[in-house]
Amino acid sequence: MRARVADAPRRPPTRAWLYILLLIMSIFYLLPMYVMLVTGFKSFDEVSLKTMWNLPSGLALDNFVAAYNQLAPHLWNSLRLVIPTAAISAMLGSINGFVLTRWRFPGADIVFPLLLFGMFIPYQSILIPLVQFMRTTGLYGSIPGLALTHIIYGIPITTLTFRSYYITVPKEMVEAARIDGAGLLETYYHIFLPVSAPAFVVVLIWQFTAAWNDFLFAVVLTSPENWPITVALNNLAGSQIIAWNVQMAASLVAAIPTLIIYIFLGRYFLRGLMSGALKG
Amino acid sequence: MALKKLDKDTIIAMVLVSPSILAVLIFVYGFIAWSVRVSLSNWIGLLPDYEFIGLGNYLGLLKDPRFHIDVRNTLVFTILFVGGCLFLGVGLAILLDQGLRGESFFRSLFLFPMAISFIVTGVVWRWLMNPAMGSRMSGLNLLFDSLGLDFLVNKWHTTPNWGIAAIAIPAIWQMSGYTMALYLGGLRAIPESLREAARVDGASEIYIYRRIVLPLLWPVTLSAMIILGHISLKVFDLIIAVAGKQVALDVPSVYMWTTTFDGQFYGRGASIGILLLLSVAVLVIPYLYQTLREESTT
Repeated sequence: MRARVADAPRRPPTRAWLYILLLIMSIFYLLPMYVMLVTGFKSFDEVSLKTMWNLPSGLALDNFVAAYNQLAPHLWNSLRLVIPTAAISAMLGSINGFVLTRWRFPGADIVFPLLLFGMFIPYQSILIPLVQFMRTTGLYGSIPGLALTHIIYGIPITTLTFRSYYITVPKEMVEAARIDGAGLLETYYHIFLPVSAPAFVVVLIWQFTAAWNDFLFAVVLTSPENWPITVALNNLAGSQIIAWNVQMAASLVAAIPTLIIYIFLGRYFLRGLMSGALKG
Repeated sequence: MALKKLDKDTIIAMVLVSPSILAVLIFVYGFIAWSVRVSLSNWIGLLPDYEFIGLGNYLGLLKDPRFHIDVRNTLVFTILFVGGCLFLGVGLAILLDQGLRGESFFRSLFLFPMAISFIVTGVVWRWLMNPAMGSRMSGLNLLFDSLGLDFLVNKWHTTPNWGIAAIAIPAIWQMSGYTMALYLGGLRAIPESLREAARVDGASEIYIYRRIVLPLLWPVTLSAMIILGHISLKVFDLIIAVAGKQVALDVPSVYMWTTTFDGQFYGRGASIGILLLLSVAVLVIPYLYQTLREESTT
């Protein structure tokens, strides 16, 4: 904004170059989307690797129908996984974040670093015990087992996201509630919960995307009939029978839910990324 | 009276938060300890076998040619991926900081790959980076060929010895927008008065970026390097989706997965998992320590 006022009239040729650079970069980021879209909308007869960069002559849905037929049960699995995961994660995170903001308990100084580091661990380092645990409890192979996994390993990030949000609630409000005789739960219900919507959106989106996009936990913990979309897509892409054009359409189908969230709630998505990666 | 109230609240607080803290202690730290124990055993096959064999699995990895490939691949991938993301990230951030029209549109455009799974990215790039030559040429090679850019035609991830470098391309595609967002945050935090003062002194825009802006962005670069570095140590799904389980493109996370769950070498798998954890810890813990200290002083 500030630069536009000062520079725009002074140096027009440079600015033209900047736009050209911007367009070239845009092509790099759009290439995969372009291939997914033009391939997806070609009819089976029109598809060939030779012409993969050409636009389709019409809008055929053959590929999407074929992809959907392949993936439908797994899309459903992903939904069954992601919705409870996101909801439970957000509730847990909110309560944990609230309690840890309000209550300085003995050992708090150890809990935060432990939570924080828990966000970064490579899951290969807990995978064998996790599988043993799931086998023993009979949750191995199932969607609830996978959901539980995402909820537990999501506790650090959801708790810390809510905590960093709740820290900004003015102390005076909490103090006033305390003087009015409000206990811990009343304080949460009347003061913190009503202002929590943005933090809930951030955490819901974060956990939705994390669980939808996850591959490692899913491929290790679920049996084929319970595969979520990522495992099914990877399996489809590795098979010799499914044509590449169907794979492109299937990739788009698998990407659409998180893309829609990104398009409509992108700024919250970004906030989730930032809080997750930077401050913890 | 007041004391009693406090007690009740303390009990409620404990009841609310202890299941989560316990879960993290058990599922993260307890399971890490359990993995360490497995890594010190000779567990092979489906039935657990905790017979203690000391550091045998770790010493075995030191002599394991496949693990040597893994370490080299991880190094090559990390340098290219982190370097590429930082370069594109800072470049795009500076570009978008020039007050161009449509800034927020382009910002979203560069960032959207973040929302997609590495599996989707991998499956699409697998076709873009199709290594077939001659009449079966397709993907980017075909595009380069038809644009007269034949010198760019290459074998991508099937290039002998350097295939892992090609995997860095989709990884950069996915994460450079995020790096850009980190840098944009840093750029916006630099007071405009600082640049204005330099302009008044007659400094050129390039000079201002090199001598004032980039040095001030160093903390962002450091956090970005640590975040991207730890992602790169853990890279897994992208490689599987682009290339499947190929030894030439093997990395520790893939080795751990295949040796444990395909080969039933649980002891060896656990030791790879623990080495991965150690490498991430070395990278991340100093950074977290610093962040926590800053937070407690402010």
